[in-house]
Amino acid sequence: MRRSGAQIIWECLEREGVEVVFGYPGGAILPTYDAMTQYDFVHHVLARHEQGAAHMADGYARTTGKVGVAMATSGPGATNLVTGIATAMMDSSPMVCFTGQVPTTALGGDAFQETDVTGVTLPITKHNYLVTDVDDLAYIIREAFHVARTGRPGPVLIDICKDVQVAETDFVYPEEDLELPGYAPPSEASPEEVQRATEMINASERPLVLAGHGVLMSGAMQELREFAERGNVPVSQTLLGIGNMPASHRMNLGMMGMHGEAYVNQAIQSADLLLAFGMRFDDRVTGNLQTYAPDSKKIHIEIDASEINKNVPVDLGIVGDLKAVLQQLNPLVESCDRSTWLTQIDEWQADTRSRDIIYQEANGELLGAHVIRDIWEYTNGDAITVSDVGQHQMWEAQYYHHERPFTLLTSGGLGTMGFGFPAAVGAKFGQPDEEVWAIVGDGGFQMTNQELATAVQENVDVNIAIINNAYLGMVRQWQEFFYEERYAETPLVNPDFVKLAEAYGVPALRVDRREDVEAAVRQARETAGPFLIDFVVEKADIVYPMVPSGADLDKMIRRPTPSTSPASVRS
Amino acid sequence: MDHTLVALVEDKPGVLNRVASLFRRRNFNIESLTVGHTSVPGVSRMTIVVDADRTNAHLVEVNLNKLVNVISVQDVTPDRAVTRDLALIKVKADATARAEINQITQIFRGKIVDVSQTSLIVEVTGTEEKIDSMIDLLNPFGIVEMVRTGRVAMVRGEKSVPTMNGRRPALKSVS
Ligand SMILES: Cc1ncc(C[n+]2csc(CCOP(=O)(O)OP(=O)(O)O)c2C)c(N)n1
Ligand SMILES: [Mg+2]
Repeated sequence: MRRSGAQIIWECLEREGVEVVFGYPGGAILPTYDAMTQYDFVHHVLARHEQGAAHMADGYARTTGKVGVAMATSGPGATNLVTGIATAMMDSSPMVCFTGQVPTTALGGDAFQETDVTGVTLPITKHNYLVTDVDDLAYIIREAFHVARTGRPGPVLIDICKDVQVAETDFVYPEEDLELPGYAPPSEASPEEVQRATEMINASERPLVLAGHGVLMSGAMQELREFAERGNVPVSQTLLGIGNMPASHRMNLGMMGMHGEAYVNQAIQSADLLLAFGMRFDDRVTGNLQTYAPDSKKIHIEIDASEINKNVPVDLGIVGDLKAVLQQLNPLVESCDRSTWLTQIDEWQADTRSRDIIYQEANGELLGAHVIRDIWEYTNGDAITVSDVGQHQMWEAQYYHHERPFTLLTSGGLGTMGFGFPAAVGAKFGQPDEEVWAIVGDGGFQMTNQELATAVQENVDVNIAIINNAYLGMVRQWQEFFYEERYAETPLVNPDFVKLAEAYGVPALRVDRREDVEAAVRQARETAGPFLIDFVVEKADIVYPMVPSGADLDKMIRRPTPSTSPASVRS
Repeated sequence: MDHTLVALVEDKPGVLNRVASLFRRRNFNIESLTVGHTSVPGVSRMTIVVDADRTNAHLVEVNLNKLVNVISVQDVTPDRAVTRDLALIKVKADATARAEINQITQIFRGKIVDVSQTSLIVEVTGTEEKIDSMIDLLNPFGIVEMVRTGRVAMVRGEKSVPTMNGRRPALKSVS
């Protein structure tokens, strides 16, 4: 059948099972938008900035495991996607972005709104394509979706010249096998690797699993749990790994790293075997590499071979799909008695508990931690939360206990302020039956708050909790600790967020007392469509504990206990 | 110490750019990179010399492998490989110097491929060490201009290293 390039795009998206596209039209992509009107299968969400569209597609992908799709025009439309693409790249989120490009005849001539988009996005995509021939289009789209979702997932960009969208061809959907001679995602471990790993695991006295995002991407949640239960091996999470094991599971210790639990970091430093499952030893979880887990052997199971021995040298690296590899290992893991080790960790944990702000007497102030703790309680710990970047992000990770996988979305690798709210909108499209909360800072929210208009236009039922400390709080914290309290450019004069929301047509409340949190959360939950709560919290609060950047992992700045002086206490 | 990697890549627009961009982004120190055709249509071959004192050659290998258009990569350093570099060297040469330069060229099994009143172009092939020592000998005459291709390598014996792993190259014109 004769089809234009623009029609082929939609024909292919339909076959890929795409149901929603997040985008923003413009000249070079107009033929594709025009052709969209002939197709009913797809719902297009008009963002208010292409960065928002990219984060929405990313949020959709992270909650569903499906490929998120974003669309933009050439030049500025495409460059506006860049932050969203880089965010997805760092967090291995499967995404396909379509951008319009100037006609093939104008390529390279600095035509109006021409940008070398494949050049710009080359280092921040898993792969990208420039389409100059309509006969290549269908095949490329198929390949792009395959590359985006398989192996270590990631964003793929397809830049399509305008004349290619207009040109017609005899369209036959390419059903044949993809020709990707250089692309073969790994699956299982070799028998030798399985044997060596099991020997190391069964011989260890103080093992600890470092469970990352890869557990979720591989769908290995059940296998992880089985591994921990069989072997009596405690598990800790990276920020992006949160949810890969229920927070309440007896073997789950919680989050590691810069703002992780102190006892988790102590356990890492004292372990005799670290089992890195689908994580990449980011500097935010290792601290000083020279002193990182000095007495431990290390096994790293990872789908991306280039992550093994990149930051931390390991004794055994296994390149494979975590789920498949754990299925090989689990039957061989012996149930060892590790009570001494677990008791030791319990003791460290008790110390942490005594310092926890939640267990300390409140003196009337409203803290970010209180707000998160209460949102957790009044949503029954069962919502999908999407955090932005900053102090509130860490409080979310510490005080919202996630029992289910794929219920915490956050920009971990790139730390993109402005991610939270649009990603929450995308998440709601992915999981319309779930309760979705965007937990954002007053700073980051203002980077993408124009998407309130999108939420209203689409009547998206997301709740927005602004943890409003009138500061770029996380930067302020670094200034307090490391720059002698010189608060350069971190105080914020904010708009009235309630009025702002109302101007967009979003009902909103302001809360500045702990006793009002519950009613506000309940009202947000009961209100259909978007709802915003401006939580006015303590300005000068600190995220504890903290490993200063580059410091030894167990040299944390701890929250002073009620009996100690307010000066930072180092353990 | 350096390492020699041989990569087979799909012959598509932008592949060299992807490889170069990877090296820059990962802060890899590369001494030379050569690209050329192979006997298989649609497949090019790259020889990459890694400065292994400053860059972990294994990380270069696994990162190259991640590129969708890279078919296979092999570190041939431990193998018995034939390595060759080709140089064109333009040397100042008046009538008196010519004979001596000619003699040096003979010893290194090079060729004189151009002669003018005041200069010669010498072509020489061999290992980099061999070419380096020839350059040392030519330097006193005055080297006007020089170009070297960078190392190419092939493992001795009947096996093809690296292999296509039984895979077909894509012949589609996708970029
Ligand atoms: C786009 C972007 N710009 C700058 C930063 C650096 N940064 C990290 S956290 C932070 C402060 C965030 O402030 P806010 O959104 O109010 O959150 P809070 O820390 O106060 O909870 C900044 C500026 C960043 N991560 N992303
Ligand atoms: Mg703030």
